[in-house]
Amino acid sequence: MTFARRFLRFVSGSVRLILQGPGLYWAWLAFLLALIASGGVAYARQVGTGLVVTAMRDQVSWGFYIGNFTFLVGVAAAAVVLVIPAYIYDWKPIREIVVYGELLAVSAIVMCLLFVLVDIGRPDRFWHLVPPWGHLNFPQSILAWDVLVLNLYFVVNFVVVTHILYRAFTGRHYDKRLVVPLVLLSIPMAVGIHTVTAFLYNGLAARPYWNSSILAPQFLASAFCSGPAILLFVLQVLRRFTRFEIQDEAIWKIAELMAYAMFLNLFLHGAEAFKEYYSDTEHLLFTRYWYSGLGEHRTLVPYAWSAVGLNLAAFVLFIVPAARRNWVTLNLGCLAIYAGCYIEKGMGLIIPGLTPDALGEIYEYYPTITELRVAAGVFALGFLVFTLMLKVAVPISLGEFLDQPDGERHLRPASAS
Amino acid sequence: MEPEGRAPRVTRRTFASCAAAAAAGWILTACGPRRLYEVPRERLKKGLADLERRYSAQYGTPVTVADTPPMPGVEFAYALDISRCIGCRRCVYGCVEENNQSRNPQVHWIRVLAMDKEKGVDFTHADPYYEAKEVPEEGHFYLPVQCQQCRNAPCTKVCPTGATWTERDGIVVIDYDWCIGCRYCMAACPYGARHFNWGAPTIPTGALNTSTHYLGNRPRPAGVVEKCTFCIQRSRAGRYPACVEVCPVGARKFGNLLDPDSEIRYVIEHKRVLVLKQDLNTMPKFFYFYGT
Repeated sequence: MTFARRFLRFVSGSVRLILQGPGLYWAWLAFLLALIASGGVAYARQVGTGLVVTAMRDQVSWGFYIGNFTFLVGVAAAAVVLVIPAYIYDWKPIREIVVYGELLAVSAIVMCLLFVLVDIGRPDRFWHLVPPWGHLNFPQSILAWDVLVLNLYFVVNFVVVTHILYRAFTGRHYDKRLVVPLVLLSIPMAVGIHTVTAFLYNGLAARPYWNSSILAPQFLASAFCSGPAILLFVLQVLRRFTRFEIQDEAIWKIAELMAYAMFLNLFLHGAEAFKEYYSDTEHLLFTRYWYSGLGEHRTLVPYAWSAVGLNLAAFVLFIVPAARRNWVTLNLGCLAIYAGCYIEKGMGLIIPGLTPDALGEIYEYYPTITELRVAAGVFALGFLVFTLMLKVAVPISLGEFLDQPDGERHLRPASAS
Repeated sequence: MEPEGRAPRVTRRTFASCAAAAAAGWILTACGPRRLYEVPRERLKKGLADLERRYSAQYGTPVTVADTPPMPGVEFAYALDISRCIGCRRCVYGCVEENNQSRNPQVHWIRVLAMDKEKGVDFTHADPYYEAKEVPEEGHFYLPVQCQQCRNAPCTKVCPTGATWTERDGIVVIDYDWCIGCRYCMAACPYGARHFNWGAPTIPTGALNTSTHYLGNRPRPAGVVEKCTFCIQRSRAGRYPACVEVCPVGARKFGNLLDPDSEIRYVIEHKRVLVLKQDLNTMPKFFYFYGT
């Protein structure tokens, strides 16, 4: 019963923490809730009328939703970039912020699963994927693999984070026999979720733009840029608004790792572009649609070059030590990386992969307002989850939210003995 | 394994339990109930009767839903004479009527591509929206494309729920009641043969073909994928697909690949035959040939 009482105190304490905050916190929550409501209304309409309210059609059968899904799998995977140095090399400054990376991973996976859910035509049949009631076409379908690894990754990260935080709440050190193996498992799993997601596209011979073995390494490289970019923002916000101390050194180290990842990303993109343009086969069409457009079909061209420019700019800002130690240029670099990777991974991967379609037709896809609203709603929901988890996790790490059995006796159920 | 011997031991244990969990998961997956089409015979019959009742009420006319199985010793194949096709699109609309495709939003299982004679079979310069006063147009030939019923089908491989598969007579089918609408098969299909019901399909009153097959032309719900089934409701009853019957120039040939005396075997053995996108190793059972 001690456990039950203690857990109850943990839950009620967390709720109390979540309900307290300055005006800015409430404004942020209100903003997120408004976006969620707007997304919910748009999604209800989509469910009622069908996916015809999106801009997707038979020619371009995946669009904005699946693009966001792909990007967010990368964000989720990127937690590992912090876990590796923290646990393998026991690098202390990063170690204390690993928990936040894993919280980010948990929120990102929530968003990933939601993006898949809003994309499918029959969300009411989601259970068809879930054995023993449904039938998961494993191991043939890479999508079945993705379902498995994403959910497993979610569980691993969730268990590690809640265990560490709950133990801290009860004033004990986390259990090494549980955490170390799970963290060691989460490293190959992080690489795994993104590799499997890349293979999802990579394995389709029908789409030459995706059917390139460079896709998985390039996915990982860009993920290891964009994931930490979000985290660097979060860490600065935490430092600003809480007593939480994050050493400059940790932030600079992450920025340095991001520069190497961005170099790799640009190199792999260059290698792919070389192969396509120099060999100049009919498969070049898709790359050309992205970078220069086909005839009058040029919708994506501004996005393509913005992504290239942003990624190059970010690389320069992060590779120069003075620039990554200057807060203004560091944040500009983060913004550039985030935007650059978001464009290249979202629109830049999915849409040119399907344009021209399998029979050579060019249908220019551009998301509708409904798609944008639903996507914004999903992002808001993910950020809401992340915010609320941070609201509890930060005081625990700071030792402000600790179990105090004596002061909380009134919470104990009367019948408990 | 001295002082730090602890860590590897834990890792091994974790590995063992993970392997056990994976094995358990696999067994669970393999033993779980199958798709609706694979339910016991009695329940299937009842399910079909329910469907018939539902469709009949919905369309105000008696509808039959058959589950005719594949015929033994039969593997269907198709051949299309490119030199005969005149691009009239009668097959497209014949198919729509036979197979109860949605009229709005418009779904077409057959796509006729107009191509330049100068360029040959080249999808880059294909035009599916040609509007000619009179066909065939000067300098053009026509390439109708529908499901190629691949032996090595990329679409069935990728389906996460096993809602689409190849039947023993070689027809690739979809269970519309099991498809979750993820559209992975559409991304995987190199022939643009799979079509999604982006909105609720509409068929005008009186236009419904009431003789349907569970895996073929029965009315589909919104949010699922559909495609050509070689008119499974006809071919399994020994009839030609609607597109073969409607073609005014006899460009379309259909038959049993396993019968040495069939027309399809004659075409394959005596004509210059090609398949689309041969390099992808999909091994279509839909052949194109130049008859003249």
